[in-house]
Amino acid sequence: MNPFAYERADQVETVLEALSRSPGARFLAGGTNLVDLMKNGVEQPTHLIDINRVASLAAIQLLPHGALHIGALARNSDTANHPLVRQRYPLLAEALLAGASPQLRNAATNGGNLLQRTRCCYFMDPAFSQCNKRIPGSGCAAREGLNRIHAILGASDECIATNPSDMSVALAALEAQVRVRSTAGERTIPIADFHRLAGTTPELDTNLQPGELILAIELPKNNYATHSHYLKVRDRASYAFALVSVAAALDLDGKKIRSARIALGGVAHKPWRSEDAEQVLVGKEMSIDLFQAASEKVVAGARPHAHNAFKVELARQSVIRALSVAGGLA
Amino acid sequence: MNRDDNEKKSDLRQHGSDSRSDSHHSQVTRREFVATVGTVTSAAILRFPIFADESLTSHPHVQNTTTYQLVPVSLQINGASHQLSLDPRITLLDLLRDGLALTGTKKGCDHGQCGACTVLVNGRRINSCLSFAVTHDGDQVSTIEGLSQGDELHPLQSAFLEHDGLQCGYCTPGQICSAVAMLNEAKAGAASYGSTDTGSSHPVRLTVAEVRERMSGNICRCGAYPGIVQAIQSVYEKL
Repeated sequence: MNPFAYERADQVETVLEALSRSPGARFLAGGTNLVDLMKNGVEQPTHLIDINRVASLAAIQLLPHGALHIGALARNSDTANHPLVRQRYPLLAEALLAGASPQLRNAATNGGNLLQRTRCCYFMDPAFSQCNKRIPGSGCAAREGLNRIHAILGASDECIATNPSDMSVALAALEAQVRVRSTAGERTIPIADFHRLAGTTPELDTNLQPGELILAIELPKNNYATHSHYLKVRDRASYAFALVSVAAALDLDGKKIRSARIALGGVAHKPWRSEDAEQVLVGKEMSIDLFQAASEKVVAGARPHAHNAFKVELARQSVIRALSVAGGLA
Repeated sequence: MNRDDNEKKSDLRQHGSDSRSDSHHSQVTRREFVATVGTVTSAAILRFPIFADESLTSHPHVQNTTTYQLVPVSLQINGASHQLSLDPRITLLDLLRDGLALTGTKKGCDHGQCGACTVLVNGRRINSCLSFAVTHDGDQVSTIEGLSQGDELHPLQSAFLEHDGLQCGYCTPGQICSAVAMLNEAKAGAASYGSTDTGSSHPVRLTVAEVRERMSGNICRCGAYPGIVQAIQSVYEKL
């Protein structure tokens, strides 16, 4: 592992001050992705700012108007177990609990989870010279290589990697906002704009700008708590990334759907929200046939690769299943 | 194996030794739980070649990143205090094994994918392979070596022997440390994926499925899972 300068900061102000002194420095929180990538030589930061002691960033609390503020430094496990999250946003709790392992969830932070990088095997191993994400312009080894876990939606010729986060899929369904701060000030980024599609700039995972620190995730008040489900389909019963996952949420009036949210993981470079499918459901009475119709909208335009064609039908069926469980039909 | 007299009894100890009888004791000698050799004192000489015991004046920001920087860090391991100066690249796992000769914690994958390196930090289970030691300033670390009291095994250690929860034993320290924390989590009502009731904080009903999900971060190539699950369930019902 390359040597790096290390410093600790315990206030947001000193964190930003340290960052402006050393513009290339990276934040170290739980480290469950960063340390892994540093061991592989994919990430080689020369300066780490340990932000684990910035206590003000770990809070989970209600905001005026009933929204929920979830600190960027709250651990995934603490977030999933927090009464306010369990009661008001069980979809988020479920998605968090579906991810990684208990040990990893105890160390991983919400900010780090948002920023975690793809697990494409060609990206993860610098022995592969063709990776446009690591080395822009070098090519994409996955396109003609082993691409079983790669994208079926929204991919580009330059990169077919997927975003591996479960939490982010639930956040997409819940229309979260990401609050960030730099020395220039504070702003919120809607979750739909936080993660990028690969396009022609696969080296960029998110729209977080240099110099910005994630402070919190904010969840708007909603009526989805009673009918939601996070379905994760994977090769093992636990402790594996999603082949396909679905965050489904329904706002019901009896059996009639007032509004719906559908977001998928494991299929694209970012959580895949499907508003076309949601529109199919609005104002209608729940039924398997209705869910079938919505599912077809989700995978319309899917472009599979040599080893991941199974994901198209798997995604479609998973949408039906997730909606059925959310709606109490299953 | 010597223990430091200052060893702190955290909530690792679920209950006393009243559950162990003499006949039980003779059963466990066949597969004796081999304690690792390691003397831990507050003045431990680290076995790495590149650091010293006196703290270096390492200022918060180092401009020249091509020189090695040693970072002062103070932590408690199994109740013993250590004041160290460490290369920030050293993981907690390597500090324990190579630096302090606490080789009970194992390196399985070194990438957070197997759980063999599981230790408790401030009572919470983490993968020590993915954690830089310098980030644990002021923390309390508990390893497998810290579970037993002299010759007296922790109830989970006894249960693993009684219920045949191991074959080669390599994953076992991680399994046991993970299980210690898992039982505390379950007692406190922590939720899990797939458990239908995500709204309650009452002690969890630890079915086989629940144990497997909550222990899914610890894999066992020998496939000793049935015994592991039984061992854990047997201790939980006594809590």
